[in-house]
Amino acid sequence: MAFAAKQPIGSNVAAPVDSGISSSEVVLSVQAVTKKIRGRSIIRGISFDIGAGEIFGFLGPNGSGKTTTIRMLVDLIRPTSGEIYICGHQVQREPEEALRHVGCIVENPEMYSYLTGWENLEHFARMQEGIDAARIAEVVEIVGMDNRIHDKVKTYSLGMRQRLGIAQALLGRPKLLILDEPTNGLDPKGIKELREFIRTLAEQGMSLFISSHLLSEIQLMCDRVAIISKGELLAVGSVEELLSQRGAYVIWQFDNREAGVRILRELEHVSIVPEQEQHIDESVLALLPGAVITSMPQERIADTVERLTRSGIGITAVQKVAPTLEELFITMTEGDVVE
Amino acid sequence: MSSLLPLVRNETMKVWKKKRFFVVILVLLVLIPVFTYAQMKIALNNRDKFDDWRLQLQQKITDYQNQLSSERIPEEWKQYRRIAVQQLQYYLDHDVNPDSPNAVTFSRGFVEAAITMFIPLLVLAVASDLVSGERSTGTIKMLLTRPVRRWKILLSKLIALTLYVSLTLLATVVLSYLIAGIFFGYGGWTLPVFTGFVIHGSDVDSSAVHAVPQWFYLFMVTGLSWLSAMTIACLALMVSVLVRSTAASIVTMMAAIIAGSILTNMASSWHTAKYIFSVNLDLTNYLAGSPPPIEGMSLLFSVCVLAVWAVAAIIVSFSVFTKQDMLN
Repeated sequence: MAFAAKQPIGSNVAAPVDSGISSSEVVLSVQAVTKKIRGRSIIRGISFDIGAGEIFGFLGPNGSGKTTTIRMLVDLIRPTSGEIYICGHQVQREPEEALRHVGCIVENPEMYSYLTGWENLEHFARMQEGIDAARIAEVVEIVGMDNRIHDKVKTYSLGMRQRLGIAQALLGRPKLLILDEPTNGLDPKGIKELREFIRTLAEQGMSLFISSHLLSEIQLMCDRVAIISKGELLAVGSVEELLSQRGAYVIWQFDNREAGVRILRELEHVSIVPEQEQHIDESVLALLPGAVITSMPQERIADTVERLTRSGIGITAVQKVAPTLEELFITMTEGDVVE
Repeated sequence: MSSLLPLVRNETMKVWKKKRFFVVILVLLVLIPVFTYAQMKIALNNRDKFDDWRLQLQQKITDYQNQLSSERIPEEWKQYRRIAVQQLQYYLDHDVNPDSPNAVTFSRGFVEAAITMFIPLLVLAVASDLVSGERSTGTIKMLLTRPVRRWKILLSKLIALTLYVSLTLLATVVLSYLIAGIFFGYGGWTLPVFTGFVIHGSDVDSSAVHAVPQWFYLFMVTGLSWLSAMTIACLALMVSVLVRSTAASIVTMMAAIIAGSILTNMASSWHTAKYIFSVNLDLTNYLAGSPPPIEGMSLLFSVCVLAVWAVAAIIVSFSVFTKQDMLN
């Protein structure tokens, strides 16, 4: 069973557009939204926009307000203040107009376990106009569930429920698909398929909002990400932008480590990153024994190498290592995880 | 925008596929034969003792009168007995057997007996998890994120519930008729039943008493049971909206109903208890001319009290459900 991602998702979706945000229409707009529950601020004023065909990642540790935000997007929870627009319709004031453009899975894809997959889809199809049996068959084929669709949902594995959830979300040919932790319960192969599937959907013009605490996932499939912690957005931007904010590390290895470090210290444009501030994948460092991690402008690498060579220091390796989103995230949300 | 009919279809289908109604039918199929058998034993016993039902009735009247002269019987009970004696005498005077064993009499008696506890229980089997069930399984998140206003979803649930309450009553009457008919024969439709007894203290005013054919009486009894059952259904729907777990929802409703039936038996001196819904459930009582549990209660009074409770429950359900934050 695989996501048959080559299929067109629906005749209704907008024509393919560039996945950049600047050129396209705004599908989802969140404006200064806050939420207080029993006097506690859960969400403290978050704003962001998602354009057509964009894959938007929503990152945060557990308890940071991801699911609360998603529930507000789909009218399960009313914001205390602020507004949410989907395709120009205010979600709380015009839920019917706004939600017809949305397909979503909030947390787990919970379907009626005493119905078959097909009966579930029929149930949700009846809640929206213009969805016929042909459309149901179409989404079933898209998620590749043809052979199990007439079995009761209680016999499904978590992965199959996830597929059925996605089928349900796609029924109404949405312009915005909201997936909450979509990789939960999928094996590595399933995750890879899902990633390709999401890409295909976006290429056909659908916008995707994907929440996750697995940063590597988001990094691999999203155009832009927002990072949320304790109910506040720490950053919103393209993956590259966020990574470049942090700057790449330049890692040196010398035949004589002490001498090398001494020279580097003399150079003004080079700063050696102390161990506790390094946010580099440990598996990368393990392959580089005795590495000296520095932070410096990339255009100065050449003359730094020259300088070191002149001083008679043997350079065994120089390499640039970008911090992963995960590392970036840890820097930004420091302390949050420990709580 | 989207019309209500597909939504009602969804809700009806879900209750059906959850096999809740099968449980109701199954319970009826087990219990009715039990009661029928008990009823048959009584009938056989009476036939052995009395050749004529008139003698039996006369014996019953004498028994009651003896109890009236006993000093150990509380005054309240005596009042019931006094009224019963007058009614039985009325039947005897008009040469009508009030307990003639046949399927229609059995159905009538079964519905009358089931109205305060048994039918409410069957209604709860369907009503109690209509909303709380969707919340505890999480399917409410899918249901409410579709482009349908929340009040429409709740209304569709209420309509489906009305349908199942009606079906439950219909099944109760039909099954008890069919099963009892095996033992007692399927007759009794046109048998006269007296209704319209007016009770003043311990006297029965029989000036307004008239005979109606038993089929009509059964129809009235079923209709009144439907009113009681719908009140329970509306209240159960409200509790199901307010409480997240189905178990809590059933327990709350059962406690209210049982408390009501206990109060009915002991609250004749606590007058405000008559505004409690569960004290008013026994509407068929008024048709038969039994004295009300609390003075000042009448059929109209009880129907009004039930209606007020039902409307209040519907208002609470809708205003909470449409504004509620679905946190889980």
